Amino acid sequence: MDDEKTTNKNPANKKPAMISWRGDVTKLSSLRLKGFALAAPPMLWLLFLLTIPCISFIFIALAQRGEYGDVVWNFSAHNLKRLIGFGSFGWSIDYLKILGRSLLVALVTTVACVALAYPLTFHVATRPRKSRVFWLTLIIVPFWTNVVVRTYAWLLVLGPNLPPAKLAAWVGLIPAGTALYPSSMAVYLGMITTFLPFMALPLYASVERLNWDLLEAAKDLYASRWQVFRQAILPQTWPGLSVGIIVTFVPAMAMFVVTDILGGAKYMLIGNLIQQQFSQARDWPFGAALSVALMVMTLISLSVFRRRKINLDQNINLDQN
Amino acid sequence: MTGQIELGLMVAQAYKSYGNLQALKGVDLEVVKGEFYTLLGPSGCGKTTLLRIIAGLELPDSGRVFLGGREVTHLTAAKRQVNTVFQSYALFPHLNIFENVAFGLKARNFDPTQVGRKVGESLEMLSLSGLEKRYPHQLSGGQKQRVALARALVNEPEILLLDEPMSALDAHLRAQVQEDLRRLQRSLGTTFILVTHDQDEAMMISDRLAVMNNGVVVQTGTPRQVYSKPTNQFVAEFLGAANILPARRQGNQLFTNLGPLHVSETPYWEEGHLAIRPEHIVLEGEIPQGSVNCVRAQVREAIYRGQSLDLWLDPGPLRVRTNTRDRLGPGDQVSLFFPPDDLVALDNQPSRY
Amino acid sequence: MENKRPLIALTAIFSLVLLYIPSVAVAVFSVNKARYGLAWRGFTLDWYMKLFENEYILNAALNSLILAVISTLVATVLGTALALGIDRSPWSGSFHRFFDLVINLPVVVPDIIMAVALTLAFNVLRMVSSAFDLGMTTLIIGHITFQISFVTLVVRSRLASLNKETDEAARDLFASSFYLFRRVTLPLIMPGVLAGAMLAFTLSLDDFIISFFTHGPDSVTLPIFIFASLKRGLTPEIHALSTVMLLFTVVLVVLAERLARRF
Repeated sequence: MDDEKTTNKNPANKKPAMISWRGDVTKLSSLRLKGFALAAPPMLWLLFLLTIPCISFIFIALAQRGEYGDVVWNFSAHNLKRLIGFGSFGWSIDYLKILGRSLLVALVTTVACVALAYPLTFHVATRPRKSRVFWLTLIIVPFWTNVVVRTYAWLLVLGPNLPPAKLAAWVGLIPAGTALYPSSMAVYLGMITTFLPFMALPLYASVERLNWDLLEAAKDLYASRWQVFRQAILPQTWPGLSVGIIVTFVPAMAMFVVTDILGGAKYMLIGNLIQQQFSQARDWPFGAALSVALMVMTLISLSVFRRRKINLDQNINLDQN
Repeated sequence: MTGQIELGLMVAQAYKSYGNLQALKGVDLEVVKGEFYTLLGPSGCGKTTLLRIIAGLELPDSGRVFLGGREVTHLTAAKRQVNTVFQSYALFPHLNIFENVAFGLKARNFDPTQVGRKVGESLEMLSLSGLEKRYPHQLSGGQKQRVALARALVNEPEILLLDEPMSALDAHLRAQVQEDLRRLQRSLGTTFILVTHDQDEAMMISDRLAVMNNGVVVQTGTPRQVYSKPTNQFVAEFLGAANILPARRQGNQLFTNLGPLHVSETPYWEEGHLAIRPEHIVLEGEIPQGSVNCVRAQVREAIYRGQSLDLWLDPGPLRVRTNTRDRLGPGDQVSLFFPPDDLVALDNQPSRY
Repeated sequence: MENKRPLIALTAIFSLVLLYIPSVAVAVFSVNKARYGLAWRGFTLDWYMKLFENEYILNAALNSLILAVISTLVATVLGTALALGIDRSPWSGSFHRFFDLVINLPVVVPDIIMAVALTLAFNVLRMVSSAFDLGMTTLIIGHITFQISFVTLVVRSRLASLNKETDEAARDLFASSFYLFRRVTLPLIMPGVLAGAMLAFTLSLDDFIISFFTHGPDSVTLPIFIFASLKRGLTPEIHALSTVMLLFTVVLVVLAERLARRF
């Protein structure tokens, strides 16, 4: 400790009062002050309205719901227990089921979107330069169309007495004169069409830069199409694909509009459950617990994809050697 | 040149380090007003750091900078009558050529008619008239460089700093631009300080130069002084080719593996190195009997270079540059004369550098 | 290349059909004379006319627009200030990590988490002032909160692409801090600022979840209006409204594309 004090007193180790910064000679403190003055208002805004509330969910999750929907601060793991099935009315895995279903729906949606986005982006990328803008616009417009407007349109298409429902009735899937919703098929249709542009746009950025020579070389080298995809296409498009997967999987897990409109009461996801706790049920502590669970799931999926990226990068290096 | 020499710039004991890297280790520099001065050295020698300290874009950790007798060490670039031509030219991409050149005048609130006149003059001086409305991305490399020059010179700086301004030009254009720059400096009489790693450029362009290595100034002087009398092995080898001969001194006599050699200035050391430029070694048909500094040698390799013929000789290897009229080839016997004036005893303490 | 891969082309077309069939159906039924049911009864533009007579819809449209404009303006200023404050000051590494964390949170966290976080914040703030009763104010604040980060990210990437030597050249040419900002920095980051504002504006129009949680009875936006009317059943007016919104999106996308090509 004494050593540190003496070195600090040494004038040679003292930081100079003035520093040069992007062509200016100024005091470090005045630069910091300027930066602070610019950054503080938006930072405080985000901190107080978003960051701190998100963190405080952890504490609220440990509290209890009061009789009138207020928060009672007697800390216990009650909400956590409830989440994993030990409710006040005995054993029930309803909530775990909802968590599982959220993951499943997100996973299926993501996989389907990947499967559709590759042909879609390849098709657009191989159009002549002039018409490519048009094809790209076809993907961008749904990207920016309000999710309520797009979901409700499915409600119309899948309604009773229209061709899709009639066809399903004729095959015998549903009674005649009824709609194709609420059903899991309706939910998946809604989910996939909602997220396909989210997957396709980042993927397109990578596909457009694809080295086509490498594909030809791969076709010569490998026998199967799968190997061409695995060895040549996947490594090259991974930057776009990983972004696409993240921006699809995470919001899909938390989806609330599509399931609410097309899934009916039976098709609850964690998003719907959270919404319920903060409105009808007025059970903030349990809602907070669910929010924390969703945040953890988000963090896990983000970190999974970061790790996957490193693995794939190593793979690319190996391939090139 | 008669009259009192006026000091344009003085740098005293400048030190600068970035983390563990010492960029400058006590640099002293004196530049006379109105001269073309060059900071020459390999990349990473600290020459650009020194230039940036003079410009006011970097603060020295310690040491002082004087401009025309006034201390400016802690003045920001905006408060120094010094302007810079950056290596990337750093033209403002969103401003046209007129606005680029006018920038320094407008920043100081010159009145519009004066701005128009000065910018016009400066553009004309650099043959850029007619390009006022163009944007930087519409210009060629040479034009961009001249805009950067005009933009700096329009402010009539005491000193113009040039940070490797030719590095972005192709070799063909470079020679032309070097000559233009030399002429421009002569006609303006402004002090120019150029940073370069190209020794040919430094030779042909500067009145005086400073050779830098590892954060120190190794040698200063006119191009002739520095080229013909390098103080140490680094300078000898950095400025063109040199034969370095290990030598021992006994009294006034120097012994090398070529035999005893006479040198005009006897070194202080007992053991050290002599240097001689390849073109300073004289090829002679016959060695006069009993003459000093003469050696017989055999051609090992002859390299025809158009303007000269380079010979690698045994014993040695010795490099001799001669004119192409000599028709020599491997195996030929030659006689060499080492003029005592051109044999330079090198400083024996290279460890510092 | 094209004709050799019929399967790829077919799948691509199938995807686009999936994306557009619902919207096309809505557009078709928006000009159908039938008030109830889904049978075709002939062409009409009555439902579009009715839109302009429906006070609720006009009000919601106005709310959506006011919300988008005000929140975009504020978020663009705040987001740009944040980007400048971070990139133009010598912050230490741990400060940068802190900034990145706070800025990236709204980008990675699902909307519903943001919505409930805002609900919580407003509940606390309401103890201080009744200005935070759910309504237009909270709606605007909510939108700004998720817009700031996106503006900051876009402007920061623009700032990162600027050459440090440009700043130094301006200083070398006698520019004061203010002159440097006004004549060099601001014009150079302007494309980024505009792109950020454009993004913020579209995000505001596109949002449903945050609005759903932070709006009050007097500040219903178009998506909320549609969502609420779905519970009462589908009407041709809603079809017409959706079609108008879709066309508005198309116009915005095309405009943005034109703008992007100019820079």
